[in-house]
Amino acid sequence: MVELTSIQYLPGKKIVEHYGLVQGSTIRAKHLGRDLMASLKNLVGGELKGYTELLSEARAEATNRMVKQAERFGANAVINVRYATSSVAQGAAELFAYGTAVKVEPE
Amino acid sequence: MNIDFIIFISLMVIGYTAGSIAERRHFKSLTRREDATLRQPVVTFDEGYELPSGAKYRRAALVSGSAVVSIDYFKRFLASLRFLVGGRVGAYESLLDRARREAILRMKYQAGGASIIMGMRVETSTIGGRRKNNKGLGSVEAVAYGTAVWVDEVSPQIT
Repeated sequence: MVELTSIQYLPGKKIVEHYGLVQGSTIRAKHLGRDLMASLKNLVGGELKGYTELLSEARAEATNRMVKQAERFGANAVINVRYATSSVAQGAAELFAYGTAVKVEPE
Repeated sequence: MNIDFIIFISLMVIGYTAGSIAERRHFKSLTRREDATLRQPVVTFDEGYELPSGAKYRRAALVSGSAVVSIDYFKRFLASLRFLVGGRVGAYESLLDRARREAILRMKYQAGGASIIMGMRVETSTIGGRRKNNKGLGSVEAVAYGTAVWVDEVSPQIT
């Protein structure tokens, strides 16, 4: 299992090897059903649960792809993970995850 | 009377009443849940956490929370007026505040029982409006993430 952290090390473990940058991304567009609900919500304001789900699913997918890449290197952890979001077109967003693949051992 | 004008006014009224009720309720709920999770430390730095003496690291994992929040019709109109004269846009301030605080809370819930959340980051991005002529901000997404650290406290040995 690949462990993930947003800091420069993995608490309780020591880094024995660095493999460099790994990344994963996905681009998602919102679909009509959700958009219809969202346009109603746009009137009264508040949380758009459909979009929250959509984006967190997409972020999980991007993370997954990053992890796959790390596994190919033989890494068992990805440290200093960062997320970025950018909207590429009307109604579509890119979710991007990147980090440094490392091998860790128990201290 | 112009039918468009009637529709506009009724949308404004619906937006204002439903929007402000929902917002007030959300802020109340945010405050309540923030008070409940007050004892969960969250820091933005990477190092400097000292293990309690005798304790051992059990697990560290990335935790995250996100929320997409939309502005109501009335506030969107209010903000568009504000864009003419410039200055502080209070309508959007509360929108971003709600999204961020909700995201941070969800991250804390995911880290249930952790001793600390280190290296916390918050990202905000806008989700474009639906129509091409919709220049205003449609909704914002805030995502908060960090590294939750769980430790095993070792009970002191009597010697």
